[in-house]
Amino acid sequence: MAIFPTKLHWGFLLVFLIILFACPFFSSDRILTLLTMMGIAVISVHGLNILTGFCDQISIGHAGFMAVGGYTSAVLCAKLGLPFWAALPCGALAAGIVGLFFGLPSLKIKGFYLIMATIAAHFIIIWTIIQLRSITGGPDGLSLPRPSIGGIALSSKTNYFYLVMVVTCLATLLAKNIVRTRAGRAFIAIRDNDLAAEVMGISLWSYKLQAFFIGCVYAGVAGALLIHYFSFASTDQFPFFDSVWYLGMLIVGGMGSTTGAIFGAVALRLLDEVVTMAGPVLSAAVAPQAAASLALISHGLIIIIFLIFEPRGLYHRWEMIKAYFRLWPYSHEVAE
Amino acid sequence: MAFFIQLVVTGLAQGMVYALIAIGFVIILKCSEVFNIAQGHFVLIGGYLGYTFLVPFGLPIWVALGMAIATAIVMGLIIERLILRPLLGEPVLAVIMATIALATILGGLATLLWGGEYKPYHGLLPIISLKIGAVSLPSESLIGLIVSVICVALLMLLFHYTKIGLAMRATAEDLQVVQSLGIRATTVYALSWVIACVVGVIGGILLGGVSGAHIELANIGIKAFAVVLLGGVNSIGGAIVAGIILGMLENVAAGYLDPLLPGGGLAQVFPFIVMIIVLVFRPYGLFGLARIERI
Repeated sequence: MAIFPTKLHWGFLLVFLIILFACPFFSSDRILTLLTMMGIAVISVHGLNILTGFCDQISIGHAGFMAVGGYTSAVLCAKLGLPFWAALPCGALAAGIVGLFFGLPSLKIKGFYLIMATIAAHFIIIWTIIQLRSITGGPDGLSLPRPSIGGIALSSKTNYFYLVMVVTCLATLLAKNIVRTRAGRAFIAIRDNDLAAEVMGISLWSYKLQAFFIGCVYAGVAGALLIHYFSFASTDQFPFFDSVWYLGMLIVGGMGSTTGAIFGAVALRLLDEVVTMAGPVLSAAVAPQAAASLALISHGLIIIIFLIFEPRGLYHRWEMIKAYFRLWPYSHEVAE
Repeated sequence: MAFFIQLVVTGLAQGMVYALIAIGFVIILKCSEVFNIAQGHFVLIGGYLGYTFLVPFGLPIWVALGMAIATAIVMGLIIERLILRPLLGEPVLAVIMATIALATILGGLATLLWGGEYKPYHGLLPIISLKIGAVSLPSESLIGLIVSVICVALLMLLFHYTKIGLAMRATAEDLQVVQSLGIRATTVYALSWVIACVVGVIGGILLGGVSGAHIELANIGIKAFAVVLLGGVNSIGGAIVAGIILGMLENVAAGYLDPLLPGGGLAQVFPFIVMIIVLVFRPYGLFGLARIERI
């Protein structure tokens, strides 16, 4: 099946991309930062979507894998002086390899047990990074030179915004296409019924590890982009809560849909922004710690509300709206 | 040698508290097949509740304990009714994410109500000290040990000699049979959440008595997961044995290996290493049911 069935879809996409890439001309620095962060989140959630949404290998260690990618590229840049364009793929590859290693338990266990294994993976990765003080700077962090590609310095927010958006678009295109390949169809078969998939001749061993590798490569790219954006690497950029939060984005957006992953990442980054803006007001009105607790409580509530009332996520709502207009004036035909 | 025995004994007392917290997890899992990630946050809330009733309210220890348990019961009922009931029969991921979100909300509430600050209240629990030879057991550890043993004994009595305990065991065995016999499964679920909240809160007060109430208490819950996995997720006896093993191992490993590592802090990552090893080599734990499922 084609990604875009009609010319109209292509038109919409083109308009959207033009508006997106024209953003720096009419938006403030703050919005550019927000969009850059959204782009990075989208890349990371794409990876998680392939791993969890398509292959049903639940991972709550995604921020840990991002840290592997981020730190590898940071160390290569800062200590070995590799250029940015070479360090980024190396970071992604390193994250993928570490992901393969922590994906090994998935061959024996699933569901809750795999969740525990990936949570353990997150904490072990972060602990290892802090232990390797001589290489990674440990708890003090590591500062690195501003990235540049072929003489173009990516120090300004605008330039970095373009870099992240191009990578995000490529990542989305790739994610859309990965799930249409043989591997992607094998992932879906494993998700829907692993026993049936194995009987049909799909090697669970190979495809589960492939899903882990691809998912963690995405995480590595996102982590590297995040660290180079700040020109500073610190384990505080990859808290355990983020690992949970990426899964939350996937749930809010809709599992097993590339568009849903984008919806989820964008929606929850927007929520973060609202919380950040509302925080100081609330802190002044109620108590100094209200801002921090508002963030936690709103994040928890939004996940629970989606799980109970809209378990198929924003993507499902979007499809319903599209169907409503397509079938108008016979919209009552829209079936669940 | 005295150093080693000291580490083992301290580990034993600590492990018993881990076991108590892990039991709350096992009870929910057995009755309703829900993996409750928020167990550690019950401990967190318990630690702060202990502080609130003992220090600002100035209640005597027994009244404070009673009040904390009453709060825990209400909390358990609300959580079960509002969050878990609507998600009955949903896939594993949905339920686990709901309990993770619950953990986040409880963490947020703790931050809002108590500022997420360090609130010490040791010295307020009764003081008993024990000294055998060169090994001394601090009062707090001893109290933790005694209270945990009492709680575990009470739970055992509840499960084996009361009707509702029988219903809970039956629900764990076979939901359909229980329903056809006219037992309300939802009552059993609610009770299992109440028990989990209560043991979590008691564990929180015990740990708070040792180290003070602070936001890091929630991480004890993650240690409890390692206990649960090591013991086998559906075995209460396994949770007790594994709790003691892990408590001792953690103390001994930290005592001997921490000086060798530059960054230290092995005790924090130790449970996770145990977890990975158990998951890879023996996913059903020491005493769990080995489900035959070849994937």
